Formats: sequence, C-alpha cells, structure tokens
Amino acid sequence: MSTNTDSKRKAPAGERVADWADGRLGIYSLAKANMRKIFPDHWSFMLGEICLYSFIIIILTGVYLTLFFHPSMNEVEYAGSYVPLQGQLMSEAFNSTMHISFEVRGGLLIRQIHHWAALIFVAAMLVHMMRVFFTGAFRKPREVNWLFGFLLLVLGMFTGFTGYSLPDDLLSGTGVRFMQGAILSVPIVGTYLSMFLFGGEFPGGDFVARFYSVHILLLPGIMMGLLVAHLILVFYHKHTQFAGPGRSNKNVVGMPLLPVYMAKAGGFFFLVFGVIAVVSAIATINPIWAIGPYRPDQVSTGAQPDWYMGFSEGLIRVMPGWEINLWGHTLVLGVFIPLVIFPLVLAAIAVYPFIESWVTGDKREHHILDRPRNAPTRTAFGVAWLTWYFVLLVGGGNDLWATHFHLSINSITWFVRIAFFVAPVLAFVITKRICLGLQRRDKEKVLHGRESGIIKRLPHGEFIEVHEPLNQEQLHTLTAHEQYKPFELGPEVDEHGVRRKLSRGEKLRAKLSKGYYGEDNQIPKPTADEYKEITSGHGHH
Amino acid sequence: MKKLSARRRHPLAAVVVLLLALAATGGLYAAFAPADKAQADETAQSLAIDEGKKLYAVGCASCHGTGGQGTSDGPSLVGVGAAAVDFQVGTGRMPAQQPGAQVPKKKNIYNQAEIDQLAAYVASLGAGPAVPTDKQYNPEGADIGKGGELFRSNCAQCHNFTGEGGALTHGKFAPSLEGVSPKHIYEAMQTGPQNMPSFPDTTMPEKEKKDIIAYIDAVNGDETPSPGGLSLGGLGPVSEGLFAWIFGLGVMIAVAVWVAARTAKAKKS
Repeated sequence: MSTNTDSKRKAPAGERVADWADGRLGIYSLAKANMRKIFPDHWSFMLGEICLYSFIIIILTGVYLTLFFHPSMNEVEYAGSYVPLQGQLMSEAFNSTMHISFEVRGGLLIRQIHHWAALIFVAAMLVHMMRVFFTGAFRKPREVNWLFGFLLLVLGMFTGFTGYSLPDDLLSGTGVRFMQGAILSVPIVGTYLSMFLFGGEFPGGDFVARFYSVHILLLPGIMMGLLVAHLILVFYHKHTQFAGPGRSNKNVVGMPLLPVYMAKAGGFFFLVFGVIAVVSAIATINPIWAIGPYRPDQVSTGAQPDWYMGFSEGLIRVMPGWEINLWGHTLVLGVFIPLVIFPLVLAAIAVYPFIESWVTGDKREHHILDRPRNAPTRTAFGVAWLTWYFVLLVGGGNDLWATHFHLSINSITWFVRIAFFVAPVLAFVITKRICLGLQRRDKEKVLHGRESGIIKRLPHGEFIEVHEPLNQEQLHTLTAHEQYKPFELGPEVDEHGVRRKLSRGEKLRAKLSKGYYGEDNQIPKPTADEYKEITSGHGHH
Repeated sequence: MKKLSARRRHPLAAVVVLLLALAATGGLYAAFAPADKAQADETAQSLAIDEGKKLYAVGCASCHGTGGQGTSDGPSLVGVGAAAVDFQVGTGRMPAQQPGAQVPKKKNIYNQAEIDQLAAYVASLGAGPAVPTDKQYNPEGADIGKGGELFRSNCAQCHNFTGEGGALTHGKFAPSLEGVSPKHIYEAMQTGPQNMPSFPDTTMPEKEKKDIIAYIDAVNGDETPSPGGLSLGGLGPVSEGLFAWIFGLGVMIAVAVWVAARTAKAKKS
C-alpha cells in the first residue's frame, strides 16, 4: 500500500471503487475502527460462532423448503412414490413434505440439514450460554447481552417447536395436541386461548398456516434482530479473555479481525456446514413417511418433542395427575403446575447474573474471565441447574430409559420426582466441594510447585518427591483472580447508640454473601509473603 | 523412545496411561470373554397328543399344572388354543426362564414337530384358535396403506410408529416387531399374548390382519429402505437429540478445539 499523493496519477480501480463507496457509506472510518479489532483465542469462544453459522444454515435451507412447502390443511389423497402411504388421506402440508422428501431434487437432504442444524443450533446455544455462565462473562457490562442471548435460546426453542409441527405428521401433531392440552389447563382463559389459537376446536384447519407465518416470519425476524444486537454488543464491549500474563481488564490479547479472524471464522463456517451436512447425509431425522399423517384419534408410543422441549415433556410425564373439581369446573393441576414450572426452569438461570451482582454489590466492569473453580458458588449453582434440566430430560424420555435399561417406567418416574428436588442440591454441594478442592490444589501448586514424580533419596536415607516450581507465567495465571470479602452488615447500633434499621433484603444479602465468600466457601489464595516464606529455602515440604 | 521417556512426567501422562490400560483390559475382555453357548437338547419324535402330553409334563406342568388347569405360577391353558402355544413356544417365550414383569423372547429349544405336539395336547384341553395357515397370514397382495392406518390406530400406541417397541407399566414392554415372522404376528393378534389385547376375527377380520402384516413387513422388514440414511433405531426425537449432541455438536466442539489450537501465535518468549 503506497500512499502516493501525486494527484496526476490515476488511482487503481479498486481504490476508486473504495473511494466511491467511502464518499457514500463512510467505510474508511468503519473499517479503520474495526478491521484491527482484536479477538482472544480460546476454543470455547467459538461456541457462539457455531450458533451463528448453524442459524445461517437454517435460514438458507429454510428458504429452499418454503419454495415447495404448502402450509395448508386441506385434505388430499396421497399419490406420491412412497408405497406404504399410497391412498391415505392427509393434509396438503404433509403431502408437500412427502413431496419434498421423495420427489424434489435434494429435498430430503435439505430437509434433514434444516432439521439437524436446528437441533445443533439450540444445543450450541445452550453450551454457549453455559460457557458464558461458568466463566462469569455475564458480569457488567454484559448483562444485557446475556439477556439477549437467553431470549435467543427461548425463541430458538419455540421456532423449533413451530417448525417441526409444520409437516402435520402424527408425531408433531401429538406434540401440538400436548401444547393445546397445556393451554386448556390454564384456569378461566384456557379454552378461549385455545379457540383463539386454533381458530376453533382442535385441530381445526388453521394451525399449520398460522404456525407457518410464526415459524418463517415472526420468530426468525425477532431472532435476527436480537442476533444483530448481540453481535454489535460483542463488538462494543470487546471480547472477554482468560487471565494470563500480559492480560488485564483494560486490554484484549489476541489476533486482529482482519486477516486472521476473518480467515478463521470463514473457515470455521465451512467446517460447521460440513459437519452438519455429513450428519444430515448419514442419519435420518424426523422420517415423516414412517410416522404417518396426523389424525387426532391416533397416537404412537415414544411420542417425544425434539430434545430442547424434552424438559417440558419431563415435567408433564412425572407430574402426578392431580385435579380439583369445583362447582362444575375442573382445575387440571397435573398439567397446569408443569406449565407454570416450565418458564421458571428457564428463568432460574436467566436471572442468576442479577442475583450475583446484587450479592457482590460489585459495580465495576469485568473483562477477565473467572475460572469456574474460583467462583465455587456460581459454578455449583450452574451445575445444579444443569442437573435439574437433565433430570427433567430423563423424565421426558422415561419410556426409552425403561426399555433400553430394562427398568420399570414407574420407578423411573418416581426417581425423577424425587431427583427433581434432591439432585440439584446434591449437585450443588458436590460441585462446590470439588471447586474448593481444586482451589486448594492450585494453592498447593503455587506454593510447592508441581509434583514431578521423581523420587529422590537423601543422604540420610529419607525419600522425598521432588517438586518442580512453577514458572512466573503459571504463577500469575493461578493467582490472578481476585477474591471478594463477604458483605458485612456493620455494627448493630449507630454512633448514638441507636439500633440501626436493617432491611430484610440487607440481612439476606449478608447471609448470601457469607455463603459465597465467607470462611470455608473460598480458599484464600496464596499471598506473595507465603510464597517467599516457603521458597526461601528451608528445604522441601 | 527418548521422546517417550522425556514425557513420562507430563501432567497428562497419567491420563494417557489410564486410557490405554482401560482400552487394553476392555479389548482383552471382549476377545476372551466366553460367548454364550446355547444349551439346546433335542429329543422326541412321534406325532400325537400323548407325545405332546409328555413334553408338557417336562416343560410346562411345573407352572401350568399337570392337567393345564393353571397354578399360582401360571395361568390355565384350557381354551387358549393351538395358536397361543405355537406363538409362545415358537418365539421361545415359553417355557419361561423365570417369573418377572414379562416373559421375554429367547432362543426356541423345541423343533416345529414338538411344538405341534404340544399345541395338539393343549388344544385338546379346550377349544381355542387354531394355528393359522399360510393362506391366512401371507401378506402378498394386501393393502399396505390400509395396513399402516390400522397399525397407527391399533398397534402404534405400544409398538411405536414402525413397530420398534415401547415401554409399558412396571417393567413390562411391547416388544419390537423386527424380524417377527408373519405367522407369529398373526397369532399374537389372534391370541393376545401376555400384556397384549387380543384382536379376534370378530373385531379385526383376517384381511385387516394381513394388511397390518404387510405394513410391518414394508416399514420394518429386512428390505425396508431407509431413504434418509441411518434410522437411529426409529425411536424418534430422543435418539435424534442424542445423535445431534454427540455427533453434531460434539464433533463441532472437537473441530473448534482443533482450530483454536492451530493459531498464528506470536512467538513464545
């Protein structure tokens, strides 16, 4: 790049195009500000990219599918090439999906890419969210972006639900019926809501067309907006990084967007696309030809939703069938309680960052990530939530657990009912213990070095294991985290000897803070003095 | 070798050794573990109720009683018919190995002649459905589409969309229909073994049974094509979700680790 100021010479074509564009779009300053943007390197920072790329793949394949799909519930007789369904009555939606699968060129592959990518998309969002959670990347200034991401997860779940319901097959139709049953269980307004949503009695002739516009227009539109906002905020806040030598809260150590990250991200897109394409080429998903068209009077065993809705299935499956009959009205608690718990399960993890910031009272910005072990209570909470989620997934697949592990489905259901309350607590306690143990080990390593496995015999006959001291970089990394002091309520009386008024909230905060950072809830990290004392040469320990 | 010994104190060395040891013991076990040997023992030749009675006294009487009247361990066989015997013994379910929630299918130790003798004896205890003939259960020319509709209305609740089987209460289950012969499917519908309801000709005529058999053969037979690739057990979203997590996201995370490890690093100081 020569900066020739000689105005006589005609600039090369590329420069002229760039100049033209800059005069109208201002790309120079944009590019200057962003091209050298630095991103830190860590495999876990690429989880969000998996979400982004699978989302792009879903949109591209989805557009292709809309070219052939007929969102209509008009009844037609199947006359396609799949013999076991010939002569059967089905909706046009199912018929056109059969057409996509068996007659449209590449249709089945695109359908499978679309569906597999959707499963992977939501899974990647969950894992990405857990990465952000366990490393504390949700702390100020990123709380809003955490919420954007959470909303993307929830919307992704519902976009998936409305999407797999579109073919109007027996499996998804059972799922829609399930949802309608949950809506009906809402006291007072349930029946009205159901009639409104389905345009009359279930299933009616409208829901596929309605789900279609929600699935291809409304939800993806909102998701697209949120996604852009999510990415803008990532740019604006800059990426977080793990602690290490040369890394501080004020810098970002990594590689520039151009050319390194563009190349890496571009390549990674194709790798993600490749994995999804291979999975879609070798494994069937949602074989609607084997499942058959939906008819409200038919049902199959093993009727589960796609995995991301599995926990709601679990909630319903393990809930005792309670109901209250009063003055000719039925309150179906067996369905209504799971319906209420369903959003609470998700909200539990969504609101956590705000609870933590309230407990710590920390208003500073954080750009250095925590190692999960250094935030034992948070890590324990996250693992407890995941355990909770997994227990519900077990409940949702209780029949397959029963057949594949030769268990009684009733025992599994009872196990899930009890584990729903007990397992998260156990997971919390165990995880916290493990984190504290790891903190102790880090401390040990800093002070005494790494166990080298070399046994040395001293002249007087004693055997010792030689410990290798860590280098400066490792020492820094292991001790870079800061440790909070528990929040103290202060003296009970003020300077005049009058009892201070302490709100309940403050007392709770103090209690929680003690649980987070009090004695025995974090291991004080080694100080420089301790290190000197030990390494000053009084031999081994 | 020098390279190897230099790394034996690496923090990950123990993990690698552990993995190798696990793989080695697992592999050795798989190679040397004794294979299950069948302990079939065949005797018997004649063709009469008497012969069947002798077989019955050896294999069945301890649970069903010496005259087929039933005991606390097994139901009465009066009136179950030859079809029930042909199904239960022919699929190896009877004689049962042990009491339990449900008697599973296992290797059949009787030959067809012995089964016929047993069936003849049990049929002589009281009238019941006879063993169907090939003309009755042969699915040739049946309406597969109609069979699918009937299957989804009557069978899929327990046996899944394509007959992969499913769970019932308290450890009972609806078995997979894969590889079950048309005759046995017909007999099962006719007699309702174990937890299955029976579908006699009055509720499900012979033709409909044929349609169902033809449908099962079309969607779960040896030559059923799987246009989408691996069928993942045909179990629906649970196995699909597991596959997406492990072979979709799992592989992608492995790829991400690989990409992140191969970076244009600034020179290590």
